Amino acid sequence: MMLFLQQVSNGIMLGSVYVTVAVAFTLTIGVLNFLNFTIPTLFMLAGMLAWALSAWGVPFVHAGPMPWQAALLFAIGVTVVASLFVERFTFRFLKTRYGDATEHAIPLVSSLGFLLIIENLIRIGYGTDTQRFPGPQADLSVNIGGIFLRVPQLISLVIVLGIVAGLNWVLRHSRIGRGLRAIAENPDAANILGVEANKLVPIVFMLTGLLCGLAGVLFAINYGEVSPQMGDDIGSKAIAGMVLGGLGSIWGAVIGGLAIGLTEMLTIHFFGADTVQVAVWGLLLLTLFLRPQGLFGHHSIGKGKL
Amino acid sequence: MSGYWAGILTILAINVIMAYAIFLPVATGQLNLGGAGFQAVGAYGAAFLSSKYGLSVWLTIPFAMALTALVSFLIAFPLLRTKGVYLVLATFAFAEVVGGAILNSTMLGGPMGLSVPAFVEYQVPVVSALVVTVFIFYLMATRFGLVMRAAHDDDVVTDLMGVNVLGIRVAAFAIGGALAGLAGALYAHSFSFVEIQGFNASLSIYVLLYVLLGGTQTAWGPLAGAIFFTMLPEALRVALPALKGWMGLAMGIQGARTAPDESWRFVILGVLTVLMMMFRSEGLITRVMVEKLRFRRRTVPLVNVDAHA
Repeated sequence: MMLFLQQVSNGIMLGSVYVTVAVAFTLTIGVLNFLNFTIPTLFMLAGMLAWALSAWGVPFVHAGPMPWQAALLFAIGVTVVASLFVERFTFRFLKTRYGDATEHAIPLVSSLGFLLIIENLIRIGYGTDTQRFPGPQADLSVNIGGIFLRVPQLISLVIVLGIVAGLNWVLRHSRIGRGLRAIAENPDAANILGVEANKLVPIVFMLTGLLCGLAGVLFAINYGEVSPQMGDDIGSKAIAGMVLGGLGSIWGAVIGGLAIGLTEMLTIHFFGADTVQVAVWGLLLLTLFLRPQGLFGHHSIGKGKL
Repeated sequence: MSGYWAGILTILAINVIMAYAIFLPVATGQLNLGGAGFQAVGAYGAAFLSSKYGLSVWLTIPFAMALTALVSFLIAFPLLRTKGVYLVLATFAFAEVVGGAILNSTMLGGPMGLSVPAFVEYQVPVVSALVVTVFIFYLMATRFGLVMRAAHDDDVVTDLMGVNVLGIRVAAFAIGGALAGLAGALYAHSFSFVEIQGFNASLSIYVLLYVLLGGTQTAWGPLAGAIFFTMLPEALRVALPALKGWMGLAMGIQGARTAPDESWRFVILGVLTVLMMMFRSEGLITRVMVEKLRFRRRTVPLVNVDAHA
């Protein structure tokens, strides 16, 4: 029983990483109807940069190792800039013309292109090996009633939930949020009524970069290692969590991400590590077939456009 | 012919067949991001029959094609209930489930992979690719090809005209599945070994990009895309060293890091993808371009058609 509860708490901790990435996914889908495949790479970019900066420093400016705290902040900053760069070359070029079903796929396909570019540049620059991140002691843990909780992970979970709550508030009550929701509802009408999409859309990408950067560095601190491949698995699981929760729903992404983390840990607990892929993706495929709008999603999102 | 060129021709042939496998669903307006899953079914089908029962290539390849076509046919009904982003995600999820199922199957070797005793020379994939190419060109010239184009351009109007759009899409999926199975079986027999790690999400992405960059309007597109991106690494052998030095400087690397040369190919694929989507989103080769190049007498000059349309 104790072991089971321990696995549940591990699942929630793992889920908190998925939640952050899943919220980034669901934000771009909900507002822009755009499945942004650069999100897993931005997550990886943040982790790898945090490691590279703390090992080598900034090229040309600050040679030599950097303190890890500074490296983390710098990595998040670079990730936000990279995300804005992606916006400039993908979403700006969405030209929907009538009479061609795959025209809507343009930003999605460009984002696949950026996925290849960023991931392979990192491989070329920093190698393909898994690297140890020289952060704080990851196994600093507290014992609550026999269950070990790692402090950095606990802090991460609180940060993540705080950010999601804040984001939810911004979307609901601020002027920016109202503009974004107007774009989500109907881009043309929003444009006519004076919502400046070209100013608001980069905000979505900034938030995406921020969430991915945060998730990347939290992952680096908690698990103590980074690699150019780390985005693939996390990204796929986050997509699964997002679909489970419902496309475009932020709290849905939170619940979905946690559910995927729990499913993963409990599948390992009961059936062994090899069956995780089948359990997680089978769950996703079933959701898509039986209830495509997910648990909390709106049925109109993601149908027509990509 | 040297072994080097035989190897390249084999890979080229398999890539061309795989590009056509993904082209068929895309030509009906359905993005398929699960190519690796379908190819894995074919590869493991052929590998299993060859290693377990010692069947000859002439039995295993047709069986692999039939098996993959059947799987695609069956999965197409629930898959095609989803649209847009959901379809992309569902095909992606399907590939992951196939990968996971094979990874857990002791009968199929699990993570260890399967070795394939029956071997085919490079001529077999090359001839297969030629046959497939001719077949697709023929298919696009028939009524079926016309209806596929119609379903791609506007499914509602096509449906109103009395065409069974779902039937066309399922058929395109199933034929595409058979081709993916062929590509998988040829892969298994050419390289004498299959392991599931080779059929990952990246493979699905690359194949879809070959097709979209080549152009989905005509059968020339996937051919051009697959040939270009298979031959690119060979061309890069010369240009690489210069690029490498520059990159190392820009990223502030101190100390040697080994990076696979293959990465450059994918960076270039990515850059070309982004540029193509910005400036020529319909792909390299379009229908108008093919029609202009066709050397035959036209009853109506092209210019007038454009002006009055």
